[in-house]
Parts: sequence; structure tokens; C-alpha cells
Amino acid sequence: MTDLLEIEGLDVEFPTRRGTVKAARGVGLRVARGEVLGLVGESGAGKSTIGAAIIDLLEPPGRVAGGRIDFQGESLRGRSEAEMRRIRGDRIGMIFQDPQTSLDPLKTIGEQLVETIRKCLGLNEAKAKARAEQLLVDVGITEAKTRLGAYPHQFSGGMRQRVVIALALAGEPDLIIADEPTTALDVSIQAQILDLIKALCRERNVGVIIVTHDIGVIANIADRVCVMYRGEVVETGDVAQILGAPRHEYTRSLIAAVPRADRRLPRFASVDYIEGGASAFRRIDVKTHWLGAAVREAKGEGPALSVAGLDLSFTLRRALLPKNRKMLKAVNDVSFDVAPGETFGIVGESGSGKSTVARIIAGLYKPDAGVVRLMGQDVSTAPRDPKARAARRSLQMIFQDPYSSLNARMRVLDIVAEPIRFFRLAESEAEVRRIVGDLLDHVGLGAAAARRYPHEFSGGQRQRISIARALASRPRILICDEPTSALDVSVQATILNLLRDLQEELGLTMLFISHDLPVIRQMCDRVAVMRHGAICEIAPAERLFEAPGHDYTRHLIDLMPSMDLLEPTPA
Amino acid sequence: MTSAPGPSAPDPSASPPERELGAHPEHQGRMGFFARLMENDVAYSFTRSPTAIIAATITVLAILACFAAPLIAPFDPFDPAQISLWDGKLPPAWAEGGQAQYLLGTDNQGRDMLSTILYGGRLSILVGLTAVALGMTLGVALGVISGYFGGAVDAFVMRIADVQLTIPGILLAILINGIGRAVIPQELRDDFAIYVVILAIGLTDWPQFARVARGATLVEAQKEYVMAARVIGLPAWLIMLRHVLPNVLRPVMVLATIGLALAIIAEATLSFLGQGIPPTTPSLGTLIRVGNEFLFSGLWWITLFPAIALVTLVFAVNLLGDWMRDALNPKLR
Amino acid sequence: MVAFILRRLMQSLLVMLAVSAVSFSLFNFVGDPVNNMVGQDATREQRQQIRVELGLEDPILVQYSRFVGNMVQGEFGVSYRIRRPVEDLIMERLPATLELVFVSAILAMGFGIAAGVYTGIRRNSWLSRVLLSTSLVGVSLPTFIIGIGLIYLFAVHLRILPSSGRSGTVDLGWWKTSLLTREGWASILLPAITLSLFQATMILRLVRAEMMEVMRTDFIKFARARGLSERAVNFGHALKNTLVPVITIIGLNIGNLIAFSVITETVFQWPGTGLMFIQSVDFVDVPIMSAYLVFVALMFVIINLVVDILYVAIDPRIRIGSA
Repeated sequence: MTDLLEIEGLDVEFPTRRGTVKAARGVGLRVARGEVLGLVGESGAGKSTIGAAIIDLLEPPGRVAGGRIDFQGESLRGRSEAEMRRIRGDRIGMIFQDPQTSLDPLKTIGEQLVETIRKCLGLNEAKAKARAEQLLVDVGITEAKTRLGAYPHQFSGGMRQRVVIALALAGEPDLIIADEPTTALDVSIQAQILDLIKALCRERNVGVIIVTHDIGVIANIADRVCVMYRGEVVETGDVAQILGAPRHEYTRSLIAAVPRADRRLPRFASVDYIEGGASAFRRIDVKTHWLGAAVREAKGEGPALSVAGLDLSFTLRRALLPKNRKMLKAVNDVSFDVAPGETFGIVGESGSGKSTVARIIAGLYKPDAGVVRLMGQDVSTAPRDPKARAARRSLQMIFQDPYSSLNARMRVLDIVAEPIRFFRLAESEAEVRRIVGDLLDHVGLGAAAARRYPHEFSGGQRQRISIARALASRPRILICDEPTSALDVSVQATILNLLRDLQEELGLTMLFISHDLPVIRQMCDRVAVMRHGAICEIAPAERLFEAPGHDYTRHLIDLMPSMDLLEPTPA
Repeated sequence: MTSAPGPSAPDPSASPPERELGAHPEHQGRMGFFARLMENDVAYSFTRSPTAIIAATITVLAILACFAAPLIAPFDPFDPAQISLWDGKLPPAWAEGGQAQYLLGTDNQGRDMLSTILYGGRLSILVGLTAVALGMTLGVALGVISGYFGGAVDAFVMRIADVQLTIPGILLAILINGIGRAVIPQELRDDFAIYVVILAIGLTDWPQFARVARGATLVEAQKEYVMAARVIGLPAWLIMLRHVLPNVLRPVMVLATIGLALAIIAEATLSFLGQGIPPTTPSLGTLIRVGNEFLFSGLWWITLFPAIALVTLVFAVNLLGDWMRDALNPKLR
Repeated sequence: MVAFILRRLMQSLLVMLAVSAVSFSLFNFVGDPVNNMVGQDATREQRQQIRVELGLEDPILVQYSRFVGNMVQGEFGVSYRIRRPVEDLIMERLPATLELVFVSAILAMGFGIAAGVYTGIRRNSWLSRVLLSTSLVGVSLPTFIIGIGLIYLFAVHLRILPSSGRSGTVDLGWWKTSLLTREGWASILLPAITLSLFQATMILRLVRAEMMEVMRTDFIKFARARGLSERAVNFGHALKNTLVPVITIIGLNIGNLIAFSVITETVFQWPGTGLMFIQSVDFVDVPIMSAYLVFVALMFVIINLVVDILYVAIDPRIRIGSA
């Protein structure tokens, strides 16, 4: 069988002022008709570069420096722009990550489809229109005829991605390159889009390259897999072999870092392939250490954190007349207690209100109704009360985006020292510096990090700085709002391990917010499932996964990408 | 199908694109001030842009020359002892009838053009800088506050800005300036003219700064580092001062540079219209206004040289602002 | 959509009310109107009587509502200096200003948009570089210097165009136009070019920036990845998306044309409202100043409303709510 696409020895370079960055080095891969090739790797692996290089749309100043790209037996390298234009769309289709921004907002989807069909297939207006309608039906959009006249903003995210797929198919290409096609979508929609791509691949007998960071996506859709690491393909093989019996060391550590949905492990396998992963956690003596002061004072009575009857509505549209106003009930009668030292998880899809609950508890939003108690002290009714302020200090928060959670204009020292200085938790400036150095060391960064600025650190390292800053207030309660969802899976494993170690050592109470069920299972003792601002069910984590009580919980668990392939199989 | 052969282990010398800086802590720690400056993207972009260097040089030279006017100007145009009407309306030194001591000729009152331009330029730059500083301080303070608190404060401040923006800037400056002059007693008008002009231009400027600062604050206030500061329990004023303000300054600096060019033009325009700095202590605009009266009688140098000085100055500042906008725009990098 | 327009109308009304309040307070802050009506030797009683006649003793809100009422009917009082009704003075000079602004706007938009789109698409061509560098000189040239330069070149040196004034007008009964005769065009040409130059370069730079912004969006990349021609990408997708911000810019710039017409009219002694305004500022002729303020704000508000209506026509996200 001849391959549809064959790449060999592909080098892609990005000349920058700090020297040339080789985004891809000696990459080789092949795709056949009717086959889905998964191109998997973490950020900076160079996987997206390959897709752009194939259709010669690399971001400047990137360029292909060497190697072969053969498509249906002809080389794609050194083609003129006009020739490439006849290949793009006609023979190779492209699907981008974010359906919100991939479509021209000022044109109907009919216009965009017809334009593409006419260019690729040379049909007349009427025939192109009929075809466009058929395409919408093929990608599962009902009432196709009327929907042709609709604008992109009238579609939901999942529907828009279907339109994007229809556009990629419009020229009847032989190969489709999909760059993270489901990353911007919710879990339930993710599964549908993956099924659609897989079905189209089989029915139309086209080749598909799916670029992703998500092992779950790979497990669901790919026939074969290429694993990329720092610009190189480290391993290629059948999906079952790659996931079940990885040969390369990197693949092995990558797979080990994927949180398991099927059982709870004491901790993530030590991932020594990743920066900071190997450093062992050094325990401190809580009785004498600065961090232990709050632990020693703590009295163990009642729940550490308790919320009752929380309500919060956001105004979507202001209007003079009440009937024209649009309100969104973001949080609807939410109540739960968290015992000292417990990890309580809140799980839900985007828009479920889970982050809003966390922010109400942290005092960032004021609830319309309800009470928040920290260590038994009401902090929501009279937030300016000195007692409430003191209680607030026992709570800290770790945020989702490591790139925006640190002030880029401040040194790490000043970031971490801010609460210590403000609350005068140290005697002298020398002591402040000593404590900051100690904290940074404790989260695995080393005291030398204090002199540097946040932009000098990677995402995982920044998240460690965030943790050090949170610890600097000597909290008893830690809210983690999607702390690892912006991180690569291997870095996620090291951060989750660190959080667990700290909790165990300091006896922290944790509120853990995530959309990721496997992560929740690994981290939490009890879990609340949220949907449309309300709690569906609260249950101990193991029971929730083994015997879900609510239909929605069951639905979510069913949607988790199947990881059966991860079971070790004899190689 | 065969799998593509990959190397068995990754090359340790390979630098991944995203982690280059974090990967070399030792080389960071020892870096001197200059080296760190070079690491800075803006400084780097500056050294790589000839236009930016030329523009900055012209601007700095112009500012230095004007402020050193008392030291380097051949004459003191405000000293009646050095002015003689007999030397009035002399053309530049190289033209027919020019005198070597008056390089750029003299004006109708016999003042040396070069000296007058240096002193006038000083006044123009001074007015421009103070007016922008006034507008910027007012605008950024109001913008950050309304962006951070939102709600009624925000609505109130921004509605005022909206209404003010309904009247184009230069017109409003003329109006404020006119009112200012009207309420000041006749005999003090010339003495206070410069302050009135600064006030008029500064008060006209603030809504632009407020809008930019507010927009940036809205973005920054939603970022997690501000939320982290709130969770720590820092008071609002400290968060605005220490966290928000440093992060909204980039677009503000771009606006301030372009605003300086516009303020210098605005002052010149007011003075040209006879509404600004009086002829006794002329600014560049006043000089052009005076010269314009003699343009038709062929005394071109009285208008031309101040005009060239003004345009060069504004052009250099604009070049600088233009480069800054590109260098500070993260999307272009 | 109707709600959108209605909301904008409401906002415009509020803006006009605020501006009229400022314009009204001019009377109270700047000078004593009675001084301008009676001689220096008028007695206290005479002054008091005039104050009562003028309604200056009424509560401030009553005075303000009277002011707004008169304003809506187009009455702005009598000029202190010329001693004629302000509305007559404005109406006489309005055609001159509006024609000047109109011709300048056409020049500025025509050149600015075309050159902006060109430089946005052909970023690296030599013509783009030349246009871009020239445009920076353009924004650095104060309007009055351009005016003086043009007068010197075309009127003093070459002697092919008049240096000042508005001649060759044709009286249409309600409107005196200079656009119907050769002489009229000759006299409007220099002021119009002067007025348009700064705004044209401004529009060029902003259109180019917007164009480049749109060129970086995902949907343009996706359109490229579908193999659409450069023409279809640039003009079909990019240009249309650039229009929304560009219209805003142009709206603002036409507003600025009115403002800068004050300077142009002074340089060219063009008998429009701007020249009248500058003269009235010199004499602290408050009725004219306040009427001019209201006039400029009104123009601005009208331009903004037109811009809003154009938005609705272009952007389906405003026209049709989301599903």
C-alpha cells in the first residue's frame, strides 16, 4: 500500500535573535488513506509545526530547512505559492483549534462554504450551494438549508467546530490535518467531534493527522501514534503498543504521568524525564519550622470550611424593564462542609459554577445570599469585621493560569514576601529573605530563584512560585482552582505530588476545583458534582466513581476517554 | 508500514523554544545590569532599530539644546541691551546681506533667530512635558480607579470623559484657554499665559489617558495575580499602586509619547492663533505667528527656521512613539 | 437592533444635555452679561432691572431649562460683539465650513483608506515604506504650517491659486456654495488640502494597523489554509472585518476636521464658523462661544449616530442576536 503522505528527515527552523530554534529535527512519519495518525507531544514538542510545514503556512520567520514531504508521490517542497494554493483545501484540509475564531464573523457560513467549494471544485453557485447543504448534513447539522444563512455567532462552540470541519472537507481533500481540534471544547462535545472525525475518515477514505497533547484523545481516535519530544519523533507505533507497552523512556514517563480514572494511586509515578520531577520532597519539622506556627495554633473543632445556601446571579443584560433583563444564576443554593485536613473536590463542565463557588469562598465575589465560615468564623456577612479578616488569612488560593497569576513586574522575592511583609509575619527584612528562600526551596525551586523575575520560569515552575506565595500567609485552607489544567501532563504530575506532600505535612484543608475527573479521583477524599450552578451530588470519591448516584455524574463518567489501552499488555 | 526511526534519547544540548531562559540559571544569576538590559526585548528592539536611535538622539539633543539655551545661545533674546532694532530683519548669514554673528538671521525686532528658537523651543518642550504630565497623572489615576472599582465610580468618570471627547481636543483647549484668559485680569494675562496653556492642554488630554488606563486595568484586574493579591488581603489602594499600575504603564507610555508630540503641536497652534504664549517670551508657535506676518514681504527665515525646528522636534518624538508602539505590542513579537 | 439604535439615541441626548449644561455655565462663569448690554455708567437700579428682564434672578434650573428650550428652537441669544442673533451668524457661515469639511473629508478618506489598505496588504513593498514614512511626517506637521507652506508655494511663489478668502460663490437662496464655479474650487482647494492632510495620514496609519490586526486572526489563517486566493482573503474577508473599527476612526476624524477647520479658516481667512469662533474667543463673546460648542457637539453626535447605523449594516452580531 502506498502512503498518502510521507515525511522524512524534516527540519523546521525558527531563526531568532538568540540563535536558531529547531522546532523539528529529522522528523519522519507517514499516513495512509483511511487512517488516523496521532501526533502527540507536550508544549514545545514541535507537533503543530509539522502540520503547518506540510501546507507551507509556517508562521514567519519559520522555514523548512531540510527533508522530504511527499504527498501522493509528489514532493510538496519548493512549490510556488499558486501551486500550494491548489493543494490547500483541494487536497489537504486543515482544522484549527478554536472554533470561536476560525470563522469569519461577518459572513454567513453558507457564503464561506460556497466560496470554498467554488474555488476547490469549480462548481457554479447553485451546485455549490446544494453541496454546502449536503456537507452540513454530513457533519451532523440539522436543518441545513436554513442554517446556511446563519452567521457563526449564532452557533454554539461544538456546532461551530462542525462547520469548521465541513469547510475543511469542502474541497474533498485526501488528507486532513486537525490541530488540537477538541481542546477548546467541553468533554461531552469533545467525544462527539472525535467520533465525527473518525467516521468521516473511514467513510471518505481520507487520511487524518490529529495533533494533540491529550493522551485521552489519542486513545479514542488514533490508529497509529507518533510521539514527539523537543522537535523529534521519539517513537512511532500502533496505538495499543504505544499506550500499552511504550518502548522509549520518554513515552513511558509520559504515559505514567497520565492520571488514571480507573483507580486511585498513592502518588504519581516519579517522572524523572521532566524538569524538577526528580527532586525529592524534603520534609520539615512542623514543630519548630516557621510554616508550622499556624499548624500548632490550630484547634480541631468542627469543619474547617463550611458554606451554606450560597446564591449568586450575574447580570447578562441590563435593561430598564425587569422582563428584558437577563440574569444568569451562576451559583444556586450551594452548601457543603469540609473537615480539617480533608481534600474536597468540585467537578463540573465549563459554566457549571465551580470556579465561582471557589471565588465566593475566597472573598473575590460577594454572594447574593448564604454564609461562608472559615474555621467556624462567618466571613461573608460582615467582611470588614476584624475577626472575619483574621479568619480570611487562614485561606489562600492557587490559580489556573501560571502565566497570569504572577505579577510580571515583581521579583519572585517580592511576590512571595508580600504577605509576610504586609502582615508582619517576620521580625526583620533579613528574616523575610530567609523565609522566602526557605519556602522556595521547599516547593522545589531553590532559594536562588528569589532574585529572578517570573518570565524566566516555565509554567510548572511558576505554579510552584504561586504555591510558595500561598504558603507565605501560613494558611490552613488552600483553594486550588484548576491548578494544573494549563500545564503539560508530566508537569501536572509533579505539581499534584507536591500539593499532596504539602497537605500531608502541614495538615492543610484543600478545596480542589477541576473539570478533569481522573485528576479529581487522584486528589480528593470527597467530591461534589456541579451543573448549572447547583450541586448534583456529594459523595466520597471512590464511591462516586464506582457507583455514581446521579444521572449526570454517570454521564460524565461515561464520557471519560477510555483508557483501557493503558493496561500493560505483553509487548 | 515502518515506523520512522527516532533517536533513542533526546539530545541534551537541544534547547526547547519555551524554556531557554529558565534552563540556564547560572547564566542568569551572574548577569550584569547591561546584560540584563540586553535581555530585555524592548531594549533589544531599540538597539536594532536605526530609526529609534536617530529619533531618540534628536529628541534628547533637542531637549538638551533647549534647556542649555542660556549657555549655548549666542544672544539672550530677553535682554534689551543685546537687541538693536538696527539689526532687525537681517537674513541668514549665508544669504545676501546676512551677518556672520546672526547665523539664522534676525526677526523684526532685531533678535537673533537661533537664540530665539532655542529659547522658544525650551518653552514649547516645557509646556508640552508639563501638560502631558498633568493629563497623564489625572487620566491614569481616574482610569485605574474606575477600571478597578467599576460600578458607579466607573460610570461617572467615563461619562464625563465621553462628553468631553465629544468636543475635539484642540477646540476644547482653545475654549479652556479662552475662558482662562477671560477670568484672569488683563494686566496679569501675559504672566499667567503659560500656566493657562498648560492647564488647557492638560485638561484636554486626560480622557485619552483615562480610557487607555481603564481599558488596561479592566484586563489586568481580571488576571489572577490581582486576585491573588486580593485573597492575601491587601487593601485596594496598595493593589492598584503596586500591582495594577506598573502593568498598565506600557500602553500609557506609548500614549504619553504621542501625546507629547500632540501637546507640542497644540501649544504651537494656540500660540499661532494668538491665544497662547505672548510675543514677549515667544514659543516656537508664537515665532511662526510673528514670522507669518512678514512672509509675504519676503522675510521667509522668520517663519521657516522656527517651523523647521518645530516639525523636526515633533517628528522625532512621533518616530519614538511609533517605534515604542511596535516594540511594546506583544502581538507583533 | 431597534433597541440598539434607541439606546444610542438616548446616550446622544444625554451627551447633548451635558454639553448644553457646560455651554450654559459659560454665561455664568465668564463675564457678566449685563456689563455687555449696558454702558459703564449705568446705575445699580438699571442693572437690576435688566437682570430681572433677562431672567437672571430666576433659580438656576429655571434659567437652564429656558436655555435648553431656546437651544432646541435654535435660539442662542445675541452676540455681544456684532449685536446680531447668533443663529443668523452661524447660518450665514455654516455653508462655508460644511463645504470645506466635506471636501476635506472626501480627500482624507479617499486617500487614507486606499493607502491604508495598500500598506496593510503589501507590507514590505517600497511604496508602502515610502507612504508610511511620509505619513509620519504628515502627522508631525501642524495644520497651520501646512497652510502657510501651501500659501507660500501656490499663492506667493507660483501665483496659481488665491492665498485666502472664499470667492466665486453662487447663492442658491438658502445656501451659498463655492463648488459650482472654477473660481470657487480654486479658493477651496488649498484650505481643503491643508485640512485633510493631517487626517488623511492619521486614517492611513490606523487603517493599516487594523488591517494588520485582522491579518493575524485565525479565520484569515483558516481561509489561507483552504487555499482561497489572495484577493478573496484580502478583500473578501480581511477588508470587511477591518471596516468596523475603520468606520469608528473615520467618524472621529470627521469630528476632528470640524475642530481643525478653526485653524485652517484662520490661516486662509475662510469666512466660516471656525473663524467666527476664534474671533469671538478673543472678545469673550460668550453667546457665540457657547452656541459653537453646542454646534460642534451636535455634529459629533450626528456623525456617531451614522456610524452606529453603519455598524448595524455591517456587523451581523449587532443585527442578529445569537442563538
